[in-house]
Amino acid sequence: MNISNSEYGELTKKRSPDSKMYKTLPKAFFIGGIICTLGEGLINLYGYLGMDEESAAAVTSITLIFLSALFTGVELYDRIAQHGGAGTLVPITGFANAVVSPAIDFKSEGYVLGLGAKMFVIAGPVIVYGLSASVVYGIIYYIVSLVAG
Amino acid sequence: MDVFLEYLKAFLVGGAFCLVGQLLIDLTKLTPARILVSYVVAGVVLGGLGVYQPLIEFAGGGATVPLTGFGSLLAKGVREAVDKDGLLGAFTGGLNACAAGITAAVFFGFLAALCFKSGSKINEK
Repeated sequence: MNISNSEYGELTKKRSPDSKMYKTLPKAFFIGGIICTLGEGLINLYGYLGMDEESAAAVTSITLIFLSALFTGVELYDRIAQHGGAGTLVPITGFANAVVSPAIDFKSEGYVLGLGAKMFVIAGPVIVYGLSASVVYGIIYYIVSLVAG
Repeated sequence: MDVFLEYLKAFLVGGAFCLVGQLLIDLTKLTPARILVSYVVAGVVLGGLGVYQPLIEFAGGGATVPLTGFGSLLAKGVREAVDKDGLLGAFTGGLNACAAGITAAVFFGFLAALCFKSGSKINEK
């Protein structure tokens, strides 16, 4: 059979998603939901221990990131992620995994340009675009409040 | 019963965020890095428009744990800092608000890299 690259791309695109989406979507929903429920539990726990709302949310993030780093270190997170897909990517634990995983993998290339630099392969872009968007928003917000206020 | 409802809301909303992410993975060619970037920027935009805060009040962890929550935190930090310090706040508010998350990820990432070795997962299977 003679087909061009683009036709082949179309074919695989048509074939591959449908064949497994009935599995990947519920798994992502369920595993992601569980992680968020865990987060809600931690927020409540820290609130119960006397923290205000903002601190409880921050300490919850730190706890989830710590757990994600630990699970990534013992290679459990990647095993869950094989099933979780976006369910393990989208929560803050996925961000932590994207920091920790390359840090461990590239340690062999040195502590500065390996571990230290490769840690930001995915976190770097997230910080660059997130932070830039927030500065743009801040400037717009400043101008709007000048005009309105 | 109220507690159950609260956790159910966190589960459903958090799950929905992940479901959208999975749809993006399955239907588009977006890489995980691009999805994370999109989620954070979307969070900044939704937070800036004032849409995200009500969702946090509704779903708690279901809205703060996904990376859009990180983005909305950036926006919230910037807004509060601009209210306080004027234009300077646009440059200080974001990182201030996200300091805990970013520092924790860097520090625990560093610690994990010191403690654990990679490689076995490549040889496995």
